[in-house]
Amino acid sequence: MPTMNMIQALNDAHKVAMRADNDIVVFGEDIGFFGGVFRVTEGLQKEFGKTRVFDAPISEGGIVATAVGMAAYGIKPVIEIQFADYIYPGYDQIVSEVAKMRYRTAGEWPMPMVIRTPYGGGIFGGQTHSQSPESLFTHIAGLKVVIPSTPHDAKGLLLAAIEDPDPVIFFEPKRIYNGPFDGHHDRPVTPWTKHPASDVPEGHYTVPLGKAAVVRKGHALTVLAYGTMVHVALAAVEEQGLDAEVIDLRTLVPLDIATIKRSVEKTGRCLIAQEAPRTSGFAAELSALVQERCFYHLEAPVERVTGWDTPYPHAYEWAYFPGPKRLKRALEKVMAD
Amino acid sequence: MSDKDPALRANAPRLQLHVPEPLFRPGDTPDFSGIKVPAAGSAPRPDTSAPAVDTHPLTTNLVRVLDEQHRAVGPWDPKLDADTLRKILKDMVTVRVFDDRMYRSQRQGKTSFYMKCTGEEAIATATAAALDRDDMHFPTYRQQGLLVARGYPLASMMNQIYSNKGDPLKGRQLPIMYSDKAHGFFSISGNLGTQFPQAVGWAMAAAIKGDSRICMGWIGDGATAEGDFHSALTFAAVYNVPVILAVVNNQWAISSFSGIAGAERATFAQRAVGYGVAGLRVDGNDALAVYAAVQWSAERARTNAGPTLIEFFTYRAEGHSTSDDPSGYRPIDEAKAWPLGDPIERLKAHLLALDEWDEKRHSALTAEADATVRAAQKESEKLGILPQQGKDNVGSMFDDVYSDVPWHIAEQRDAALAEGRD
Repeated sequence: MPTMNMIQALNDAHKVAMRADNDIVVFGEDIGFFGGVFRVTEGLQKEFGKTRVFDAPISEGGIVATAVGMAAYGIKPVIEIQFADYIYPGYDQIVSEVAKMRYRTAGEWPMPMVIRTPYGGGIFGGQTHSQSPESLFTHIAGLKVVIPSTPHDAKGLLLAAIEDPDPVIFFEPKRIYNGPFDGHHDRPVTPWTKHPASDVPEGHYTVPLGKAAVVRKGHALTVLAYGTMVHVALAAVEEQGLDAEVIDLRTLVPLDIATIKRSVEKTGRCLIAQEAPRTSGFAAELSALVQERCFYHLEAPVERVTGWDTPYPHAYEWAYFPGPKRLKRALEKVMAD
Repeated sequence: MSDKDPALRANAPRLQLHVPEPLFRPGDTPDFSGIKVPAAGSAPRPDTSAPAVDTHPLTTNLVRVLDEQHRAVGPWDPKLDADTLRKILKDMVTVRVFDDRMYRSQRQGKTSFYMKCTGEEAIATATAAALDRDDMHFPTYRQQGLLVARGYPLASMMNQIYSNKGDPLKGRQLPIMYSDKAHGFFSISGNLGTQFPQAVGWAMAAAIKGDSRICMGWIGDGATAEGDFHSALTFAAVYNVPVILAVVNNQWAISSFSGIAGAERATFAQRAVGYGVAGLRVDGNDALAVYAAVQWSAERARTNAGPTLIEFFTYRAEGHSTSDDPSGYRPIDEAKAWPLGDPIERLKAHLLALDEWDEKRHSALTAEADATVRAAQKESEKLGILPQQGKDNVGSMFDDVYSDVPWHIAEQRDAALAEGRD
């Protein structure tokens, strides 16, 4: 089985999908000849030609809008928004058009498309290359929201997203494109080759949307995380020597509530980790769901570990990032009672 | 390098913000003699494969075909046969009768909202005649003429307006936000302007797949101020997209006159110049000019010669919608003073001048349209009107959010149905 980092796995997913389906078109800023600023689309234009893989103007609104027109025509756009921080000019088209089209046309014009976008901090990207805006999309009925945390899942989830009949916002945790991240920014980066989930099957396979993965079994508490924070949380519970069950949500909408419920009912404690700002983040939704469904199993209040309610500050990146220290305090708190 | 001393600006004029004002407000006597109306037939007609720049003088001109004697003149005369002219006339009359009936329905409390296109009927109906039946439209809410001209059942339109049991959109959309794939009519959005770049995307897909169908996007003068207008023109220009982009400049965006969208500085057709695409400014109340401009743009698109931006110069003769009262912001009789006349009267006069029409036939046509619309209304109202809706089949409001109903929406559906039993 080939070993791949997340970029190679995502690239491979595009190739597998595009070879099987001539109606898939890929476009976005710098994604054509150059292959994208993170190289996810490298080689696609050469293999599939300029009318299926092409550079778009710096116009996220235009990129999403033309994808809507293409989906209406009957082909399948897989578009890249260069950074999640750039998605806002396309927000009206995503929220008012992409998300609602199946509904408002009573099913006549569904909008199957994938909007891929790298998100999250930890790369010294400053305020405009570090954000985690997933909750702006989980709040919108009609969208599915997917966030992989390993090369294996990245390829399988992207193929599932491309084949899905609904529009999918596919957030790629750019901090872990090249290797998992334990939250210790001062330590050398571990490459994906050292991680078992860098074994990526050749050819076609899917990781189903709406299915979480229990990435660490345990009995003392449940940790819910996605994207980069899966690895940061895993490292933290190891460091604390906790018998924690860690769940990688993989899909935020639709959420795998059954797996969450089963785990929290077993452990009686729940910590939720997200990199995004705290207020109205997806962790708040998770916290409410756990409280509504597992209240009588809970032995301690549900704890959230999040970014701060500030913009992502460049020089203070590691004071902002919900790293090992914040996790340690929260883990101690949720285990205290 | 030095910043000038602010004291040196002591005698500079005070900066002023210019807030555009329309020519006339309620109580004023409208006088449009300042609007230049070039003679019919005077605008040149470039070859459809001409470089875009050859069309740019037309962006400050006005393509007109029908002259003061009601003859079709000049190089833009599409030389239509009488049957085609009568079809356009019939469609226009039907639209006007339909609008009047539905306006009245709203006033009778049978629905919540309606929008007329009075004075603008030529634009959609003559466009429909000029394009092929399988060409695609991304319309705004004032192109109901496309559906009428393409033979979409009037009762289906009314079912949508009433959100009744026959509503193809299952009671989910505001009245007049039609959508019908089989008639090449994309779902209308209330977020103005979104459809303009979507039309470009549809045409890009047609080009990617080597199709021969083209696409037409529509927008109003007010919504040209949206970023979507800019992205539509940018993408259309960059990829030389086979699309026709139409601005219906009816002078008014609810209460804001076209100057609030920039019309004091340049025509809407002139936007084409900066993007390097073909641009035409067209008398939107002249059905033959509309037909000719769309036909020209369609041929250009079909031969990969590029997109065209058309400004249809017209006037919104009635309120923005049933929720609007234009007497609050413009003279009541302004529409009558509009120098380009009424599109139905002008086409009728042309047919009369050709001796292909007479008053008796016109009365019969109006009576027939009236009977057709009334029959459709009767048929539609059997399926219900708005005040009766929203009670049955509440569970259906949870369908089509996704391809399947995910667990969280299924739970909410159960809760809604339980509320219904309380």
